[in-house]
Amino acid sequence: MRRSTAVTIGLLVALVVIFAISFVVGGMHTNPVTRFGGTDSAATSQIQATDPNYKPWFTPFFQPKSAEIESGLFALQAAIGGAVLGFAVGGYWGRRRAEKAFHEDSMTPPVGDAPEGAL
Amino acid sequence: MHIAEGFLPITDCVVWYALSAPFVVHGARQVIKQSKEDPESRLLLAAAGAFTFVLSSIKLPSVTGSSSHPTGTGLGAVLFRPPVMAFLSTIVLIFQALLLAHGGITTLGANVFSMGIAGPWVGYTCWRLSSRLGWNQNVGVFSALAFADLSTYVVTSVQLGIAFPDPVSGLLGSVAKFMSIFAISQIPLAIAEGILGVLVFRLLTDVARPELERLGVIKTAEHAKTGA
Repeated sequence: MRRSTAVTIGLLVALVVIFAISFVVGGMHTNPVTRFGGTDSAATSQIQATDPNYKPWFTPFFQPKSAEIESGLFALQAAIGGAVLGFAVGGYWGRRRAEKAFHEDSMTPPVGDAPEGAL
Repeated sequence: MHIAEGFLPITDCVVWYALSAPFVVHGARQVIKQSKEDPESRLLLAAAGAFTFVLSSIKLPSVTGSSSHPTGTGLGAVLFRPPVMAFLSTIVLIFQALLLAHGGITTLGANVFSMGIAGPWVGYTCWRLSSRLGWNQNVGVFSALAFADLSTYVVTSVQLGIAFPDPVSGLLGSVAKFMSIFAISQIPLAIAEGILGVLVFRLLTDVARPELERLGVIKTAEHAKTGA
């Protein structure tokens, strides 16, 4: 169990390190105006550079009116996903806990754990 | 990997729709079949979909100075096999196309192909290969998620290269240009997604072991070994 906890912490640290490096390296030698712009919009600009005559032939039905509204909607997406994920894992976790409690109730404690004199 | 609305010629849109449609229909059938045959795995199915929902909404910085988002499709591909992810990814992409103006309805076929079909199959292949070679399960999970993520962006680059060949360097030159936008930026993100996948997989093995065993994701024999 201790080893497993250490691995979990190690993996979490690795995640933080990756983004810290990305943030620092990505911030160097890049244009501050376009820095950390989305790759999807970079691809759209690339299309227009490759084929300046290309006109998008369809536009979205609904377009978030500002960057704030857009990021809010992205947050909503993450929130829905996070809630469902938490609910699912929580459901299994609760079931496992109930099973454990049931086993502990119905079984005699293992010999090693029994207090002296109990045997 | 979201090709913006209207940014693929009509013929390309039609072709990618036609290629993706059978996978999505088959995937939808698999989702129904799975939840009917093993109702207890429904929560796990929801978790796989939710994982993709969360990860594809988060844009993260990359070493190239741009930002991009992971796909999260490798986890579901490992747990439920890739067809299921074609359907779940389609739901995510429709949500983003309609509510966020991210991606699009015309480009949905192409985006489903890269994120919902190519990515999951590449990830699943890595997972199978890793277990065939007898590698550690965590290595399998890591590579499945990382390569599902990365390959999605490679496929998007190829799709855009085909649609917009460079006037000078042609198709390959154009693919290379889109790769330089997408694939390089995606490498650190793919590594991060792989690590996150290992964390989530460890959690799921802990709480939902019976489901994972029933799905054949983890072997029952290992139970005795690690459960002791």
